[in-house]
Amino acid sequence: MIERLQELGKEALQEIKEADTVKALDNIRVKYLGKKGPITEVLRGMGKLSAEERPKVGQKANEIREEIQSSLEAKTTELEEIALEEKLKEESIDVTLPGKEIKRGARHPLTAVVEEIEDIFIGLGFQVTEGPEVETDYYNFEALNLPPDHPARDMQDSFYVTHDMLLRTQTSPVQARTMQKHHGQGPVKIVCPGKVYRRDDDDATHSHQFMQIEGLYVDKNVRMSDLKGTLEAFVKKYFGPERSIRLRPSFFPFTEPSVEVDVSCGICGGTGCRVCKNSGWIEVLGAGMVHPNVLEFSGFDSNEYSGFAFGMGVERFALLKYGIDDIRHFYTNDIRFLEQFKRA
Amino acid sequence: MLVSYQWLKDYVDIDDLTVEETAEKLTRGGVEVDVLHPRSEGLEQVEVGYVEACEQHPNADKLNVCQVNTGEETAQIICGAPNVAAGQKVAVAKPGAVLPGGMKIKKTKLRGEPSEGMICSLQELGIEQKLVAKEFIDGIYVFPESAKVGEDAVEELGLRDTVLELDLTPNRADCLSMIGIAYEMAALLDREVHQPDCTFTAADQSAAEAVSVQVDVPEDNPYYGAKIIQDISIGPSPLWMQNRLTAAGIRPINNVVDITNYVLLEYGQPLHAFDFDRFGSNEVVVRRANEEETITTLDEEVRTLSAEHMVITNGKEPTALAGVMGGAFSEVQEDTTTILLEAAYFNSSRVRKASKDMGVRSESSTRFEKGVDSGRVEEASARAAHLLERYAGGTVLEGTVEDDFRSDEKRVIETEPEQLNKRLGMDLSQEDILSIFRRLQFTVETEGNRISVEVPTRRPDLRIEEDLAEEVARLYGYDYIPTTLPSGVTTPGSLSPEQNKRRKIRRYLEASGLHEAITYSLTSPEKASRFLLEEVPGTVMVSMPMSEERSTMRTSLIPHLLDTVQYNRNRQINDSSMFELGSVFIVESETLTQQPEEKKVLAAAVTGTWEIHLWQGEKKKTDFFVVKGILEGLFEELGVLDNIQFVPSSRKELHPGRSADIVLNGRSVGFTGQVHPSVEKEWDIKETYIFQLDLDAILAAETEELSYAVLPRYPSISRDIALVVDQNVPAGDVQRVIEEAGGPLLKQVTLFDVYEGENLEAGKKSLAFSLVYLDPERTLTDEEVTKTHDHVVSELTEKVQAVLRQ
Ligand SMILES: [Zn+2]
Repeated sequence: MIERLQELGKEALQEIKEADTVKALDNIRVKYLGKKGPITEVLRGMGKLSAEERPKVGQKANEIREEIQSSLEAKTTELEEIALEEKLKEESIDVTLPGKEIKRGARHPLTAVVEEIEDIFIGLGFQVTEGPEVETDYYNFEALNLPPDHPARDMQDSFYVTHDMLLRTQTSPVQARTMQKHHGQGPVKIVCPGKVYRRDDDDATHSHQFMQIEGLYVDKNVRMSDLKGTLEAFVKKYFGPERSIRLRPSFFPFTEPSVEVDVSCGICGGTGCRVCKNSGWIEVLGAGMVHPNVLEFSGFDSNEYSGFAFGMGVERFALLKYGIDDIRHFYTNDIRFLEQFKRA
Repeated sequence: MLVSYQWLKDYVDIDDLTVEETAEKLTRGGVEVDVLHPRSEGLEQVEVGYVEACEQHPNADKLNVCQVNTGEETAQIICGAPNVAAGQKVAVAKPGAVLPGGMKIKKTKLRGEPSEGMICSLQELGIEQKLVAKEFIDGIYVFPESAKVGEDAVEELGLRDTVLELDLTPNRADCLSMIGIAYEMAALLDREVHQPDCTFTAADQSAAEAVSVQVDVPEDNPYYGAKIIQDISIGPSPLWMQNRLTAAGIRPINNVVDITNYVLLEYGQPLHAFDFDRFGSNEVVVRRANEEETITTLDEEVRTLSAEHMVITNGKEPTALAGVMGGAFSEVQEDTTTILLEAAYFNSSRVRKASKDMGVRSESSTRFEKGVDSGRVEEASARAAHLLERYAGGTVLEGTVEDDFRSDEKRVIETEPEQLNKRLGMDLSQEDILSIFRRLQFTVETEGNRISVEVPTRRPDLRIEEDLAEEVARLYGYDYIPTTLPSGVTTPGSLSPEQNKRRKIRRYLEASGLHEAITYSLTSPEKASRFLLEEVPGTVMVSMPMSEERSTMRTSLIPHLLDTVQYNRNRQINDSSMFELGSVFIVESETLTQQPEEKKVLAAAVTGTWEIHLWQGEKKKTDFFVVKGILEGLFEELGVLDNIQFVPSSRKELHPGRSADIVLNGRSVGFTGQVHPSVEKEWDIKETYIFQLDLDAILAAETEELSYAVLPRYPSISRDIALVVDQNVPAGDVQRVIEEAGGPLLKQVTLFDVYEGENLEAGKKSLAFSLVYLDPERTLTDEEVTKTHDHVVSELTEKVQAVLRQ
């Protein structure tokens, strides 16, 4: 009987080995291990055996069963793995095909510049302050030390809407308004971004509407060296730590002394190139110490308080930052232009 | 201001500096040199030649065959200029010469005759046509007799020079003169200024016997001085003077006019020469013009004046518009022999008024407008007398006839080193400061720490201590100012809550797929009447617009966004999605009496394909719900979604069936929908969806504090419900009935199907909702849910006549 069992075992293992589907394995299981299977049959005949032989045959039968069982399991796992592999192979895709685009809008480059500058000055303790675009002559000019007949008014031909109201030509009136609100008490630390308007024909370098950011710092004992230090901190943050600034004397009616601020050219590093017109420097800001008349006009005692102010053109910063060649692009909103600033 | 580098050397020693170094010095000192114009660039081998013979070309009517001697040799040159003649001294470009523009001169043959070079016009030598003396405009240039044959013509014409073009700030009127620049340069370099020669020999006869001067309004004209110069012989001015005028951008005319212009450039003091024999009287009366009085100016224009204008008269009629332009009848002419030389100090506003009203900006008016040196008028006059004596044969009568109202008060500004250092953040000694004032040639007195600075009349821009601080800083050098940070109290920097929200809105819309656009605020009156949030009584109109298109401040952001859609469509970009956040300008009355309301508005325009995934065959067109979805997300972001309603709109610029008013807490705050197809046609755009919101109103609305709700610990029970209602019942109404009937247990209602058509009665539609019930405190029983759900169903039956669909 043991021989018979061994034979059965051999047969079964052979069949398992040859099986190539899970179904075939199931059939083999039923065939050999089922209640009507040959092993059960053999065991049924055990009654005829002697008491000595019985446990030996029984043990053998169990051994064979287990052997078949484990072989079946191993084969099943093997076949399942093959089947899974097949399935995955079928499921494979071309990973080089393009992904599904997530629709994203772009930040307007002028907004990107304004926010970046705002954030730098917020970091330096400034508040962001805004004011009206249709402004009174008083705030736009007079409070800024530009009386009606002042020659500097020629510098900025403006859009008047009534005899004493105009589209503001600069964001400086916000400074005057804010100082007034402080009732002669410092400190005042603000940056004022916004749209301004001047009578210019639109072309590649001129626009009748553009954006400015101006800043004002009024407190006791503010020195010109503070202006220089603050602007240097700003320039290094905005343009990069390797850049430096220089001041050149200039003139604005609302500051004295007044300066133009140049930043070292980022293209040539200061040795001179086409972008900086061979000077190594690029003009980026106007600034100065607040004129005592302006302080007094807005209720500050100019003996006690002093301050500095600065102003910059947002378009100019964007032109420099992104190498844009035509100021009109900012306002025509060509999708092909805007789309380029998704990561601005 | 154009400054000849060679000319500047007359007044200050700058031989050790290159022109570039000079320019850099000036620029760093505050007088910005905008451009350098090298005058002889590309100009080589041009010599002074003598035309020995000049004969008609045998084969060409308009050409001449000239024999030109250039010192060592005589060459044949064919010349087509009408004014060429034997005996002239001319500028000859020999073979090998290069002219401006790169033209190379070669030996050649013209109509069979050899030609070895070219006789040049001034234009060919790079001088602008408008600066060429009239007699030479249509032909070659002819040197004066004194020119030496064989000399370098470029040198003779003063072209070995560079012109510095200055970009002056309005405060530095002193630099509208060569001497002013010289003072500046001298201060920068700590050198001397060499003054021009102003000496002349006065005749015995006194000018006061020949003429009288009377000024009516002293404020208009604080000083008027007249000199009389006789025996004038009009002719060309010396070549060197012509060259310098040309370099400065002024065309040479004749010796008298050239001399007045020369002194104007030298001193910044405009002068005027009248032909005294034609003046019409021997009295000069300076007065305001009468209303409607006319003057024919020397450009032959008849100009009508008003009492705002100042004129020089002969006691009867105007002979000049003061400071702006002379009159025609008293103009210096070829036969002029006696001149009245005016040197005056006119009020800048008065001159500006006339210059503006007449539309004339002359070298003279520009200088008076910006302010001339009141202390140097007489000196300029004497300088002109010197030159007239020397170069126009003049005899200067003794004395100046004048009317003088100038104050002789000196302008003194006081300061202390401590004050200046405090302002600049520097540490200069009194000696440092005094040496700077000395370099500027300011007269200084000290008393202890106190410094009193007497400011010369040439620097009227210096008035207060801060002005002195600037002089010290710029001459000491801004590079030497240290960099410090303010030492005052530290304050936290921040955006206002509203500014923060605006940034949030921008970020949200960018992430939703909309690009930010920025359009112009100025628009046409027609566009300012379109797509308004609400009717407005008035608009902000520019008094003198540059064009109709840019005449009115916008009242809505939509028109320019639609323009942008159209602009892109014209460039084959049919899919565009943009938003703009900006102000509109609302006038609450019909006329503008106070500043308008500037309302912050958010708007968008979306058109074309919304989503696209080509190779997977997906494509979704923009529709109402794309834009509505963006808006709902936005309102959620802003914390107002629960209080927002979309109510069918009847705005005439929107599609009547595809538009909604947006209502917040019962008040309309905007609209959304498809642009009305007829309006789309008007703008030449395709199906476009827009929205516009009153951002001020939305940001002012109360929002719920964001706070955490405990996560449910008990299971929820979900029930679906399908209803049939009349087609015209809005789904939103049905949803509201469900929400109200569901009570506190109903946590969520989601519409998941809308169906009209087959299997449904005409005029009906089917809506399917999924309802989720939940009690955060305990497990709900089926019975409780059924009870509430039945109530929901009965409310639906009653309120919207819904029939439950089985
Ligand atoms: Zn460079």
